[in-house]
Amino acid sequence: MPVASQLFRGWPRTKILASSLLPCQHQSHLRPVPHQAPSIHPSLSWRPHPPSRGYRVTPHLHSYTLTPPQVNSILKANEYSFKVPEFDGKNVSSVMGFDSNQLPANAPIEDRRSAATCLQTRGMLMAVFDGHAGCACAQALSERLFYYIAVSLLPHETLCELDAAVEAGRALSPILQWHKHPNDYFSREAQSLYFNSLRTYWQELIDLSSPGEIPDTAEALLNAFKRLDNDLSLEAQVGDPNAFLHYWVLRVAFSGATACVAHIDGSDLFIANTGDGRAVLGVQEEDGSFTAHTLSNDHNAQNDDEVARIRGEHPPSEKKTVIRQDRLLGLLMPFRAFGDVKFKWSIELQKGVLESGPDQLHENEHTKFIPPNYHTPPYLTAEPEITHHRLRPQDRFLVIGSDGLWETLHRQEVVRVVGEYLTGVHQRQPLTVGGYKVTLGQMQGLLEERKARTSSAFEDQNAATHLMRHAVGNNEFGTVDHERLSKMLSLPEELARMYRDDITIIVAQFNPHVIGAQRQEKQS
Amino acid sequence: MLRRLLQPQGAALQGVLSHRRAVSGDSLPPLPSQARVVICGGGIVGTSVAYHLAKLGWTDILLLEQGRLGAGTTRMCAGVVSVAKPISIESQMADYSNSLYQQLEEETGVNTGYVKTGSLCLAQNQDRLLSLKRLASRLKVMGISCSIIKPKEISKLHPLVNIHDLVGALHLPGDAVVSPPEVNRALAVAAAGQGVQILERTSVQQVLVERGHVTAVETDRGSISCQYFVNCAGQWGYELGQASEVKVSVPLHGCEHFYLLSKPLQQPLPSNTPVVMDLDGRIYVRPWQGGVLSGGFEKNPKPIFTEGRNQLEVHNMQEDWDHFEPMLSALLRRMPELETAEIRQLVNCPESFTPDMRCLMGETPGVHGYYVLAGMNSSGLALAGGAARYLAEWMVYGYPTANVWALDIKRFGNLQSSRTFLRHRVMEVMPLLYELKVPRWDYQTGRQLRTSPLYDRLDTQGARWMEKHGFERPKYFVPAGKDLLSLDHSKTFYKPDWFDIVGSEVKCCKEAVCVIDMSSFTKFELTSTGDQALEYLQFLCANDVDVPVGHMVHTGMLNQRGGYENDCSVVRLSKNSFFIISPSDQQVHCWSWMKKHMPSEPQLHLEDVSWKYTALNLIGPRATDILAELSYVSMTPDHFPSMFCKEMSVGYANGIRVMSMTHTGEPGFMLYIPIEYALHVYNEVMAVGQKYGVRNAGYYALRSLRIEKFLAFWGQDLDSFTTPLECGREFRVKFHTDMDFLGREALLQQRQEGVSRRLVMLVLEEHDTELDLWPWWGEPILRNQQLVGATTSSAYSYTLERHVCLGFVSAPGGLAPDFVTRGDYEVDIAGQRYAAKAKLYPFSSLLNQQRRRKDQLDLGSLNPE
Repeated sequence: MPVASQLFRGWPRTKILASSLLPCQHQSHLRPVPHQAPSIHPSLSWRPHPPSRGYRVTPHLHSYTLTPPQVNSILKANEYSFKVPEFDGKNVSSVMGFDSNQLPANAPIEDRRSAATCLQTRGMLMAVFDGHAGCACAQALSERLFYYIAVSLLPHETLCELDAAVEAGRALSPILQWHKHPNDYFSREAQSLYFNSLRTYWQELIDLSSPGEIPDTAEALLNAFKRLDNDLSLEAQVGDPNAFLHYWVLRVAFSGATACVAHIDGSDLFIANTGDGRAVLGVQEEDGSFTAHTLSNDHNAQNDDEVARIRGEHPPSEKKTVIRQDRLLGLLMPFRAFGDVKFKWSIELQKGVLESGPDQLHENEHTKFIPPNYHTPPYLTAEPEITHHRLRPQDRFLVIGSDGLWETLHRQEVVRVVGEYLTGVHQRQPLTVGGYKVTLGQMQGLLEERKARTSSAFEDQNAATHLMRHAVGNNEFGTVDHERLSKMLSLPEELARMYRDDITIIVAQFNPHVIGAQRQEKQS
Repeated sequence: MLRRLLQPQGAALQGVLSHRRAVSGDSLPPLPSQARVVICGGGIVGTSVAYHLAKLGWTDILLLEQGRLGAGTTRMCAGVVSVAKPISIESQMADYSNSLYQQLEEETGVNTGYVKTGSLCLAQNQDRLLSLKRLASRLKVMGISCSIIKPKEISKLHPLVNIHDLVGALHLPGDAVVSPPEVNRALAVAAAGQGVQILERTSVQQVLVERGHVTAVETDRGSISCQYFVNCAGQWGYELGQASEVKVSVPLHGCEHFYLLSKPLQQPLPSNTPVVMDLDGRIYVRPWQGGVLSGGFEKNPKPIFTEGRNQLEVHNMQEDWDHFEPMLSALLRRMPELETAEIRQLVNCPESFTPDMRCLMGETPGVHGYYVLAGMNSSGLALAGGAARYLAEWMVYGYPTANVWALDIKRFGNLQSSRTFLRHRVMEVMPLLYELKVPRWDYQTGRQLRTSPLYDRLDTQGARWMEKHGFERPKYFVPAGKDLLSLDHSKTFYKPDWFDIVGSEVKCCKEAVCVIDMSSFTKFELTSTGDQALEYLQFLCANDVDVPVGHMVHTGMLNQRGGYENDCSVVRLSKNSFFIISPSDQQVHCWSWMKKHMPSEPQLHLEDVSWKYTALNLIGPRATDILAELSYVSMTPDHFPSMFCKEMSVGYANGIRVMSMTHTGEPGFMLYIPIEYALHVYNEVMAVGQKYGVRNAGYYALRSLRIEKFLAFWGQDLDSFTTPLECGREFRVKFHTDMDFLGREALLQQRQEGVSRRLVMLVLEEHDTELDLWPWWGEPILRNQQLVGATTSSAYSYTLERHVCLGFVSAPGGLAPDFVTRGDYEVDIAGQRYAAKAKLYPFSSLLNQQRRRKDQLDLGSLNPE
């Protein structure tokens, strides 16, 4: 298999040349008609240059315009929104709720999202996962990572109780309350495998911790990330007697995913990020405008620290080859990721695992492919970078998005769109006259302007959907252009990926009153 | 800012009231251990109740206020006292309040800020002007001066109003503005002067009840034993009601209400500038300290305090400019010159609203001695004087001196107590305050709470529904093929779009047979082991109910003064059991009236069986045929005379109570069907009735039929101030026996003295049904150009092809028989007078016709001789 390196250049927004690098072509292997997949490849390879946005629209696309309701039904298909219930003023959460949404470009979509409330500790978890080379790894993360985090956060006593309950066959009190869109599925087959790995993990935690010890959140996040990646790798090495599961764990390990996780407990916000997802805080200034405060660093070639880290981890002889064309070993865009054992295991291990693997792997020639200049593995880590932020009353919302969002909209623009949407919809920023001299006429003008702005946001009940509408349909003036939106959404499956990436967005809204009160409490 | 503005007044208030209070603000005067009356709520309503009770000589009164006097809604209310109210009794109260506030300064020396500004209700369209004209003629009946004026005259009265889009206005010269906290203070000062004790910063926690009577009130500072408790807690009235040992339902719910204060205009607005109510713009504007105060009743109100009193306090409610935008635009459209006026503040002042836009007053049905005056629908200031006066009379004399049934808290029961219902309903009620109200509008929210088992069947057959006491009743049935949309959206003061539909239903009642679902009626069963039931009923009822088993009697239940507390039909089911049928809205009132007078006799058992029976009214000459066919029993008058009740089988269903009366004077039967048989019986009746031309009909047809036959209904025509002698029902009073009954003394006396008012039937002549305004109720009646009364209900008679109004005429000093028969009568509909023929008895032709047709009629209910 000639690995066409120019293909990578010609395809800058794909994280990895998925189809040719991986042991399994997820589409072809999962679909009943195995020959469908190759038909995609010619379309990928006949385009040696990056397609510029909207540069080439085939004639049949021109004739096909979506009506606004059609556009809405596409944009809203995956929207989800959760409001934290209030109990008579008591137990009020610093998170009022969140809106999330996904727009596929790949088929099937390779992004995943998760959100859950920790039931045995406090706090809420939200995450966006961006898979590459298939969705298997991202899917596994979306099901498993929160459990690893939640378990890492549990104090020694709770862990002991948990294990005792499992031992005695008693019902477990749930650890997480998931907030899932109906399309966010959990794979049933692998649950017991996952559970066993998780249990081994908490048993180790029991051994390592001592009674009365409260786990540190940052450390817990770090451990959970590393442990899960380790488990993914181990499960693939050990395999499973069930052929399907064996194949599944290999798919998970050979595909990859980035993760951007937020843990919010009261006024403490932790971001654990691995890869090029991003979390940005919307901060409202005193004049009512919004500014973006980025809480995570992208792990890719644009980040000099990351470039230095990777170069430092490998001998000087590899200085040229370890990062080529802004990609890890010339192949992978994110510099940190879960899975992707092709960048982590030794050549021997890769060959060994593949040889003992199920037959499906051998049908694919690309499985045998080893990245070029592969001398001193591992080249890749899942270790997250952790940011802690104490929420302030002016911190109004948090946007977590996959790189599909950040590539299309500048973070400042993202924050502006969301901020104006939220203030428009909820009129959260009430007008006050204060001591200023305002005449009735001036006030009327001001109110009419606000009303006009609100009605444009009226179409969406979901901040993430509204942001998506802008991400896909924004014109040069920063407003949504229906024609453009319609064209982008009506692209056929096989073309969509050339014009846009999967987009996943979570917008969490904070409750400034609660945050203000909690800060005061802590200070006093 | 407003708080700062009002602070000095508040401080002064404390000075006046609390000479008892120690220097350090923390120590409060001691709590007395008992008082005759404890009033909870130191707003304008509570202090006014205290004031009026003291005026009537009750001075052992304790007024409790959880915060400061007048610190709630009262402090922030806009201060307009206007008589423009939707119902006459409220206008009457406002009129009294106005004169009370006017003389208050003289009485107490407190400057109440009273300025007689007058007010202008603007009309932007002809329909609005019509409604104002109707209001004007109603006000004239009460002797309140008012006039309809042209746009040009408006600008003479008010310098800022833009008249370009106006068609006219109602000018009420007597209306006034006051400073509500000062009025509150004046009332408190006057009450305190009479010996009323006023305690601030004392909150009521529970009302203790023993054997159905109020006994004590528990406060955060100890308990006080008392005989009477008055709930004037305003916004918190609902919760306070729930905080009674026996829960009391006070159906009200808060909504945020916004008004704007401007700084003084460059050319300050004179303080006597009239108040402007731009109803179509949903705003009001009054002069305020050289500037204006303007608020409104928006289409999309914001309900508040649904979950009770949470962390939000009345004082720090947030301003919401975006919400106020439509009202600001309306204000600037009406008064463009205000554009340059500077904003002082937007005030958010929650107001409480009730399910029917009328306030709640009177004794609660469940607990004796527990009175309520709350839910003022943002007219608290205007109504406080009058309403509190009537309430005080009610407490002292046992009844108020005017008919306040429309405001009686007993019109509601527990069924209106759901917070969800209240929240939804008040969102409709608040905008309705300024909405154009046409005859016979219905509430859209909080519906389908109580329904008959036939609801779905009737609905699919085109029923249009109205609601009474939570119960859905069919108005009429839209025939298949009619344009439903246009029917539902028409609003008119003229001939309504259902005219022909109801006409055909009436025709069917006259010629064939119709079925009306009348399940909403209140139904009681009274039983006893001995003859206690009979004795008890004989005392309660004016008519003789000692009739043979199976007979029924129309009778009033009268009060001491001989007035109707209830008008019902009593069926003697067996020697010692009776079935009592009352109007739907009597469910709570009649129950409490009967319970109140019930001897504590364990053998006597009263049960509310309203929910157990579905009532079908078969009206028309062919009803006999249908029932005969369904029961294999001859239903002819020989076998089944009028005013007779038999339990029989209809179709497969047994135990159906069939009564030969229809509430319309038409031949036919009422069927009281245990609900599980309802669908069966209905289906059978409709199937068998096919060949007799049966069809569904609604209450509009019923109304037309009963009014043309001069049948008065309680709640519309009859009230607790009407005696049987005044409505030609002497024949329904057991004068022939010497049996004592409630109200007998008063009736005998009245018979001696003669009546001074009389219910009459007025048939409009030369009234063009197509082109003229239709009468509704409340229209003035004139005799020889002199105002002699007002109508109480009206309907178009399809048989007479005329409008028929029922109403009272009065002649002070005695009404001679020829007062009615001689004299030129006219009915004033929105200022236009229509000649009418007044009658004391129904048209015999209507009755004869039926006699010819079927020789069967509940004559007893109609013919006095």
